Amino acid sequence: MNRVTPKPLPETNLPRLNQVGKPLRRIDALGKAVGATVYAADYSMPNMLHAKVFRSPVPSARIVKLDVSKARALPGVVCVMTGEDTHGAKLNTDLPGQTGRETRAGSDAPVLASDVVRYVGEPIALVAAETLAIAEQALKQIELEFEDLPGVYDPIEAMKPGAPILFAPDNVVARYKIRKGDLEAGMAQADVIVENTFKMPFVEHAYLEPDGGVAWVDEQGVINIRVCTQVIEHFRSIARALNVPQNRIRIRGTMVGGGFGSKEDITVEIFLAFLARETGRPVKLVYTREEAFAATSKRHPFTITHRTGVRKDGRITASQVSMVADSGAYPYLTPYVLLYATAMAAGPYKIDNLHVDSVAAATNQTFTSAFRGFGGPQAALGYEQQMDEIAKTLGLDPLAVRQVNYMKTGDTTATGQEVKTAAWLEETATRAVAALGEQAASTPTRKIGRGMASTFQSYGRIMWFHDTSQAWVGMEQDGTAVIRCGVPDIGAGQSNSICQIVAEILGVPLDQVTIYATDSAVTPLAGTSTATRQLYMSGNAVSLASNTIRARLLTRAAVKLGVRGDELEIANSRVSVLGDESRYIEHKDLVRLCASEGIGLSHLAQFNAPFTEGLDPETGQGDIWPDFTFGAQAVEVAVDTETGEIELLKSVACHDVGRAINPAAVHGQIAGGSHQGLGYALMEDFELQNGIIKTPSFAEYLIPTVLDFPTTQTIILESGTGVGPFGAKGIGEPALTPAAPAVANAVADALGVRIHQLPFTPKRVLAAMDAIRGATT
Amino acid sequence: MPKVMNITLTINGRTHALGVQPNAVLLHTLRDLGCTDVKNGCEIGECGACAVLLNGKPINSCMVLTVQADGADIVTNAGLGTMDKPHVIQEAFADAGAIQCGFCTPGMVISTKALLDRNPDPTEAEIREALSGNLCRCTGYGQIIAAVRLSAERLQNLSVYGASSLREEGREHDSSNRVLESGDQTEVGGAS
Ligand code: FES
Ligand code: FES
Repeated sequence: MNRVTPKPLPETNLPRLNQVGKPLRRIDALGKAVGATVYAADYSMPNMLHAKVFRSPVPSARIVKLDVSKARALPGVVCVMTGEDTHGAKLNTDLPGQTGRETRAGSDAPVLASDVVRYVGEPIALVAAETLAIAEQALKQIELEFEDLPGVYDPIEAMKPGAPILFAPDNVVARYKIRKGDLEAGMAQADVIVENTFKMPFVEHAYLEPDGGVAWVDEQGVINIRVCTQVIEHFRSIARALNVPQNRIRIRGTMVGGGFGSKEDITVEIFLAFLARETGRPVKLVYTREEAFAATSKRHPFTITHRTGVRKDGRITASQVSMVADSGAYPYLTPYVLLYATAMAAGPYKIDNLHVDSVAAATNQTFTSAFRGFGGPQAALGYEQQMDEIAKTLGLDPLAVRQVNYMKTGDTTATGQEVKTAAWLEETATRAVAALGEQAASTPTRKIGRGMASTFQSYGRIMWFHDTSQAWVGMEQDGTAVIRCGVPDIGAGQSNSICQIVAEILGVPLDQVTIYATDSAVTPLAGTSTATRQLYMSGNAVSLASNTIRARLLTRAAVKLGVRGDELEIANSRVSVLGDESRYIEHKDLVRLCASEGIGLSHLAQFNAPFTEGLDPETGQGDIWPDFTFGAQAVEVAVDTETGEIELLKSVACHDVGRAINPAAVHGQIAGGSHQGLGYALMEDFELQNGIIKTPSFAEYLIPTVLDFPTTQTIILESGTGVGPFGAKGIGEPALTPAAPAVANAVADALGVRIHQLPFTPKRVLAAMDAIRGATT
Repeated sequence: MPKVMNITLTINGRTHALGVQPNAVLLHTLRDLGCTDVKNGCEIGECGACAVLLNGKPINSCMVLTVQADGADIVTNAGLGTMDKPHVIQEAFADAGAIQCGFCTPGMVISTKALLDRNPDPTEAEIREALSGNLCRCTGYGQIIAAVRLSAERLQNLSVYGASSLREEGREHDSSNRVLESGDQTEVGGAS
């Protein structure tokens, strides 16, 4: 890659703020630091039972006989449930959350399998016992007789005639197409056509906190479930499965010890609900690490082929992309993950002539669902590796080829959606590349390579989900503030950001804001902590609520101080006259004044995202998301040509986050997301062989330790143009997306050939080296 | 049922006389005694979330039988400090943005304490080595390394100036200062 000097940033107009934009200590930090934060597995209750799940040891079989009588007879066992006891209840795995839209037919998974099992780890029976040891013992007493059925373990095989079928009529779970412009005419204008296929593996989220929870039935008959989840609105699906009214299920979310999309699906809560109802006693269920690996979703493996027509100057004239994704045994969120990948397939480039065809098929493997990026990272591995291959074919610099094609504000995406906010591709890419500095020198056995990736990623949910968030904000008589907002905090600082926004708007210090969050019964529903949506959605909801209160405070203070409302400033727990600090009223006095006059100082607000009605099914054209975040990453690697080992030498990520509400938290999101992406490229592979998991624990499934990679240097840009509060864009998912393709391109640069399959293990590197030697001798 | 064995454990300064099964694992014993700050992330010694100090040495409590710890002095993260009186290391983790989901934090703090006890001024390589048994899936480790450095600096100030001056400084750190890896930056668009 050539050296670059970034141009100065375009002009922006960001207001100066007191608390937003400061790297304040997060409100949740100290409790976590001293170990006072109580996670889902840390709760216990009097008279509590312990539960275990009996799971399928095989990937594809018919259940011939399930005998739980010995387990039931074991002293200390209180309850054993099978699919018969749950009356064949199914879990609606589609469209989680608060959306009122119809669900898609055929997406349900049985709570407990009773006729066939479709993957290793599929739940078959539940046990609740006086102690965990007894529950474990009871599992061993369950007798399962099964008859193996032919299985299918590859999505392409799964779509061939004669393949074993998981669900009638065929294994296709979802299919999309995009038709934009005139593909053939575009290809005809090309000087060269470049074609490549790229493959990606299953990936495990590897959040550090295994799934867990406690449930009980309260004195109103409401089933309470305390659980680590990204989606408290699952109470609705659980109510449906239990056939009880929705107001009889209460989810009390806990601080989540990492989710990354995996805790977007229902995990332990459905089992807990059934067992608590059945036994009438509190029940606890915590997954072991092995169970958390086997029984929860994975990132979708994809095979992506790009056929791109380009002119000699690098301009793309036409692009044809095909994608095949592995849905595993049940659909879960596959249709939406595939939609994301499809709509982002062409990358952040202006491409007028485009075809995308994508399909996801079921196999007898661990099911796949949401994982940070939601199909975006797979799409990026396709389009960004292809950009480098185009550059190589044309003999151009990788960044230069991108610069010719970058979309700009006002251009449209693959689905024809106009980008309305800043599209700082050039700005982020040049800064990431420039920050790499001097390149290390290669030796004959240590080849240095550099790579970069420019990516875009949506934030906010698909607009035809009609997404909403509610938040309640109130002032106490001592001038402190309270927020009630159902936001699940999954570790990214969701609740802190909301507090910082309220602190700013109401002019109270952050440590005088308290938030009650993530309880489906007592905190207004704020929607899922997924899709990089909470800062956008709930940030806007608390802004609406606190601005209403602010206006009331200012109106009353203006009368009191004898000035106009716009002559006042609100900060440091007081309202003062602009330019005359001696004239002020303190919050505590103002709040009491309002209270005595009946002026309400609490407000419940709802923020609605823009609503649309979906894409044209023939062309895939239409608006999907509220907005996009743009970013880039550049890395330098050293490849040892004798051992095949790859050392990451430098990594720099640069994103336009619109406005950083808390820069320390934003740096953390980018550095942490990058690390997951680096692991994706270089080490992570959730391996299955004929449906059997080969990487069942942290001993086999390796995630990056502190020794594996240098810290990613982070550069935050603030265009101020996002649709979130104060012009913020989302960063949770976008942070991960460019890391893996940047590494892929660096490895290809170092070796001179591309390895088309992730992760880049020493074995694959050596095989690539052998291929080069073979070709040259 | 195997025979219950009688042992004593001193946990965060309190001595407990216990009857335990010979196959009981220290991690579970500690959690059953209410030390829920000791986290269970894998139970096979691969994640470090269950780390505690056993007679001053950091160990993964999932890899030790409770009976092996008979008579030992055990310190968990919660034994180092509280919300009102956090340990310098705990406060540094909070200030440095080293905590996201927080599930790895108790183990990280324990490993940091063990490191700084024997090496008060560690290099980055020494910090990485000391934390190599602690997985974190959220942060990418950079802000954790910064937190260890910040801890070391504050502890050194403490030993030079005494506790009270550190407190003052600690307070100022609360609201404004933050530790970033060198090179991290925030850039706002041009002239506004
Ligand atoms: S729980 Fe002990 S090392 Fe993971
Ligand atoms: S902060 Fe989540 S695992 Fe470290």
